[in-house]
This record gives sequence, C-alpha cells and structure tokens, in this order.
Amino acid sequence: MYDGIPIGLGYLSVSFGFGIKAVQSGISVLGAAVISATNLTSAGQAAGVDIIAAGGTLIEMILVQLVINLRYSLMALSLSQKLDTSFTPPHRFAASFGITDEIFAVCSAQKERLRPSYMYGMISIAFVGWVAGTALGAAAGQLLPADISSAMGIVLYGMFLAIIMPPARKQLSVLLVVLIAAASSVLFRYVLTAVSDGFAIIISAVAAAAVGALLFPIKDEEAETQ
Amino acid sequence: MKLTVYILVMASVTYLIRMVPFAFFRKKIKSGFFRSFLYYIPYAVLSAMTIPAIFYSTGSYITAIAGTAAAIVLAYFGLPLIAVALAAAAAAYIAGFFI
Repeated sequence: MYDGIPIGLGYLSVSFGFGIKAVQSGISVLGAAVISATNLTSAGQAAGVDIIAAGGTLIEMILVQLVINLRYSLMALSLSQKLDTSFTPPHRFAASFGITDEIFAVCSAQKERLRPSYMYGMISIAFVGWVAGTALGAAAGQLLPADISSAMGIVLYGMFLAIIMPPARKQLSVLLVVLIAAASSVLFRYVLTAVSDGFAIIISAVAAAAVGALLFPIKDEEAETQ
Repeated sequence: MKLTVYILVMASVTYLIRMVPFAFFRKKIKSGFFRSFLYYIPYAVLSAMTIPAIFYSTGSYITAIAGTAAAIVLAYFGLPLIAVALAAAAAAYIAGFFI
C-alpha cells in the first residue's frame, strides 16, 4: 500500500487536469467523477471526453478505447506471468480493473511474485486519488488562473518520464527501445500524419519493443522472478 | 441519459481489455523473444505517448520545453514520480512569466 502513495498523489494532480477538461467539454462534476471511477485511465478518458463532446458514435468510442488502451492488454499479459498462486480467478477479475501505466510499472519492478493484497492496496490508493482529483478539478478548475491550469497539463508526461528515465539510464537496451519509440512517434506526428494518434502509439511501441527483443533478449532473472 | 451509455461503453471496453489477458492467460510464456518483448513494451508505450505530445501539453512550446527539461534532469537522478511530475509543472509555470 505504501508503494501506492506516490501514485495516488500523482493521480490527484493529473486527474485534476482531466476534471477541468471534462467540465470544459460540457460534462457535469458527477459525470466526470463517474468516468474516472469506472475507467481509471488517463489517455482513454481524455479521448472519450472528446468523443462525447463531439457527439461521436458508439462505434467510434469502442474503436478509440480499444486502440488507446490496447497497451493494457500487453501489460496485463506481462503481469499475468508473475502472479502468485494465491491469485485465484476472482482476484484476477477484480485486480485487472486497476492495471494502469503506473501500477504496472511499480508491479513489474517488484522482485517477488505479486499477491492480491499487494495489488489491491496500491489500486485503492490510486483509485481514491484519481477520482478525488477529478472531482476537485471539475468543481474548482475554472476558478484557477489559466496559466496554472495550462502548466498542470504537463504533469502526466512528467510522471511518464520519471518512469522511463531510471531504467534507460541503467540499461542500454531500454534506452535504445525508448529512443526508437520516440523517434517513430515523432515520424508519425510530422510525416505520416494520416495515422491516428492511437495507432501511431501502438505501432511505435510494438516496433521499438520488437527491435529491443531481437537485439537484446533479456535473461530470465531480469524479466520475472522464478 | 446519452452520457450514461457513452460511459458504460467506454468502461466496458477498457475493463475487458485489461481483464481478459490477466484472467485467462495462465500458462507461462516460453518464447524468449515474446518475454523480452513484454519486458520492453511499457517503456516503449510510455515513450511514444510522451514524445512529442509533451511539447504540446502546456499550450506553449517554451513553457513545455522548460517543464520537460526539469522533468528529465530530476528523473535522471531518480527522484520520486510525484516530485518529477510536479517540478515539471512548476518549471512550466515559472517559464510562463518570461514569455
């Protein structure tokens, strides 16, 4: 549970930005909080709110959520490899709800096998931070000066950098994967602009991780605990 | 009412994406390539999501670059997630005074 505190605090500030955005898109404070409580994901929610605001179709909503959140499938698959035997199906059904980028990052950094209680502790703190931050942002966001709320827009990305940098500094292979993914993402943004943002992220990530896996296959002890 | 339907669809898709691989995949993955791939994928996803989107996150390139620089320096030295994230916002905010 202790490991969840920085995540919860981080989410509190990141979801504040989501709350502001949701209200600006014409969604009520309650609606914004319900979206955060049922989805627990930053990029997917932001895209979802855009679709709601634009009055998009449900098919579009399904496709966008699939593409943006497909990375969770890869993370879930990766975590499924290091679950303790006490992780029975009901626990798997429940804990899978809380697989986010940051919870995945912290869980995969664990040396031991994952127990349900460990994941529940972390998820519950993250959940409270995420929903409370959304409600606060939605309720109070408009009262903040514009320069503060726009500066808050970088919080989520700052957190991503904090997850990437330490392993990239220690392992050349991770650094290479990170640089390929970034270069590919830049290419999609400025050159191959016909590809949507969600697909661009997926293609970039899969290509970079595949190159990393081909050039630098990991040894067992790095990948998981036996 | 329409909002409820949107939220329901959004939440169901997001949950299923996480739950199906987590709950129904119980075998050990033997392939060395695939296990290496799964090890690298989160870093690749986060990197692709961050670059170049971070430069558009504050509404001004200059403040975004200031925030990014602060985040990179602090993250390089392994500071906690929350410290790096809030320092990035603080740097972007302060840089805003100079433009």
